[in-house]
Amino acid sequence: MTTLPALAGPVLSEAAPSAAEGVFNLLWLLIAFPLAGAAILLLVGRRGDGWGHILGTLTVLSSFIVATFLFVAEVGLSEESRAVQQTLYEFVAVGGYQVSVGLLLDPLSMAFVLLITGVGTLIHVYSMGYMEHDERRRRFFGYLNLFVAAMLLLVLADDYLILYVGWEGVGLASYLLIGFWQQKPSAATAAKKAFVVNRVGDLGMSLAIMVMFAAVGTSEILAVTGATERMDSSWLTAIGLLLLLAACGKSAQVPLQSWLLDAMEGPTPVSALIHAATMVTAGVYLVVRSGPIYQAAPAAATAVVVVGTVTLLFGAVIGTAKDDIKKALAASTMSQIGYMMLAAGLGPVGYVFAIFHLLAHGFFKANLFLGSGSVMHAMGDEVNMRVYGALRKIMPWTFVTFTVGYLAIIGVPPFSGFWSKDKIIEVAFDTSIAAGLAALLGAGITGFYMTRVMLMTWFGDKRWPAGAHPHESSPTIVGPLVALALLSLLGGAMELGFMPGGGIERWLEPATGYSETEHLLPTIAYPLITLAVVAVGVAWAWMVYGREPVPVTPPVGSPLTRAARADLYGDAFNEAVFMRPGQYLTRTLVYVDSRGIDGLVNGVAAGIGGLSTRGRRIQTGFVRSYALSMLGGAVIVIAALLLVRL
Amino acid sequence: MNASNYVVLSAVLFSIGAVGVLIRRNALVVFMCVELMLNASNLAFVTFARTTGTLDGQVTAFFVMVVAAAEVVVGLAIIMMIYRSRRSASVDDASLLKL
Repeated sequence: MTTLPALAGPVLSEAAPSAAEGVFNLLWLLIAFPLAGAAILLLVGRRGDGWGHILGTLTVLSSFIVATFLFVAEVGLSEESRAVQQTLYEFVAVGGYQVSVGLLLDPLSMAFVLLITGVGTLIHVYSMGYMEHDERRRRFFGYLNLFVAAMLLLVLADDYLILYVGWEGVGLASYLLIGFWQQKPSAATAAKKAFVVNRVGDLGMSLAIMVMFAAVGTSEILAVTGATERMDSSWLTAIGLLLLLAACGKSAQVPLQSWLLDAMEGPTPVSALIHAATMVTAGVYLVVRSGPIYQAAPAAATAVVVVGTVTLLFGAVIGTAKDDIKKALAASTMSQIGYMMLAAGLGPVGYVFAIFHLLAHGFFKANLFLGSGSVMHAMGDEVNMRVYGALRKIMPWTFVTFTVGYLAIIGVPPFSGFWSKDKIIEVAFDTSIAAGLAALLGAGITGFYMTRVMLMTWFGDKRWPAGAHPHESSPTIVGPLVALALLSLLGGAMELGFMPGGGIERWLEPATGYSETEHLLPTIAYPLITLAVVAVGVAWAWMVYGREPVPVTPPVGSPLTRAARADLYGDAFNEAVFMRPGQYLTRTLVYVDSRGIDGLVNGVAAGIGGLSTRGRRIQTGFVRSYALSMLGGAVIVIAALLLVRL
Repeated sequence: MNASNYVVLSAVLFSIGAVGVLIRRNALVVFMCVELMLNASNLAFVTFARTTGTLDGQVTAFFVMVVAAAEVVVGLAIIMMIYRSRRSASVDDASLLKL
């Protein structure tokens, strides 16, 4: 694939942000509510067990209400002046390095805030029912609130350093929540793995901030993105690649994708909120927010497109062979975020669609995950799809909402996924045929593996283990499912012009920039081709899984199937290339330290001890030998004096 | 008068005294050898005074004699104390000054 031409995007039409006034003074409350909730829930102790979950949900709900007020106020502003900034306090004031904590609300962050608080509230309501029998439920809500606060800080920050604080905060919350059932060794290991792989990405983030400071003198987002004309292109490429590394870590893109499937050890609401709708999309937010940097550094933008394309196929292939329903959905998430990164790497033509797909994906993926949680709850926390089957009559609500999510993700009109994914494929084709073909192939594979999940779970014969009695879930679980299903169905309406804000393209354009592309084929051709490829995928899945009963023990399968089951050897690669050499290096260093350096120090001490044992023998106690040594010394001194005289 | 004869005599006396300090076992004999060394150095001083024609050497000899006398007093007192407690005047027997 050739390097994309230097993208000459339009200058952002957003004016410099105005200071917060009126309703916008409440901006800090968005973060304060969940942060206070987290503090209270984690400090109150067992007294709060009775009401902790309610408080946790109310804080996020309050943030959502404030967010809607802010949205209404922002729609009322004129299009160019929708950016509002509120500075809170000085963070670092050291000579030439000044950083203040400030919040920037513009159309891009507003969209994210609504997604985080809205879907977050629904997931909190779901968790009230799902985690009902867990005695550490209060801590769970505390960690969830901490996550929401950190994620809001991430998207609202006006400075890359403050964004990094939120970045680390979500990483911490993810670690705490994946390892929530800390008595399970697999969960604790998965949490550690997620944190360590994220750390590699965080390295990219901190180096990028350092480079920014060296090149521009500040890490404020608008200052850095406004200074791209003055910067040397090598600086810009460096920043772009380092930010891409950070995004890969947080969004589980190749090469830092290995943690996402293991992260499914956490409770299902965690998988829905963090590893589907919000945290893993932080990488896409970072790339879109740093848009002007990527536009000025075509090499970095090409890298983003390559990463996105590779990951969308990688995740799709892995998803075809996973029998664990949550891992299949996680692989699907990896693939869909690949689509978003692909669109984000294409420049202003793709930013809007990346965010559009991000929002739609937040709806339908959260829907799918929560639905799978409902199924797991009904089947006694069993995740293996090979022992599901014929659940659609028993759990009708979950079935219908899950089907809505399924149709959205494979991109059937009029569901939301169709509008967003189709546009990405269109834009990909217009810029590079290879990327377009990869995106199309990914859509086909998505159709295959999602149909596989549907057929194995809801249709076919009952393959339940002995003692299973599945039943429909309680209203606190089904309610959010219905809400998210409606959003998955109607979310495509975001594109329509009569929506508040004027449709997603007009809404985001001041913040990210937007330009149209020349289409090779007539516009109607793209959705038809995509739907045809998806139909092929669906039909193939039906032929493999729909006609005959699904075997309970997984068949051996082709080499590709076995590779996909082993996560396309991602873990094996990491182990061979990083872990084992790292272990050898550590062992060698420990050996050098204990034998070499300690040996040297101990050897010096032993040597001196030995010398002193020998030297001790001079002290005989005999006066005559002392007299002899005195005579000898005197002779030597006189000889030395005579020599000097000479 | 040949000054070198006297200096050679002084050297010979000094060497005999030094060897005596190292070899003899009786503390009193060791002391006598120390006195011999001091007297040898006195002879050398006086010889050189005579050679240069000044009196510095003879004055120094007086100093040496005074020091020798004082040292003998102290040293004999110590030897007497050791003899009283150990019933022996051999220097080899006072060998506790070691590790």
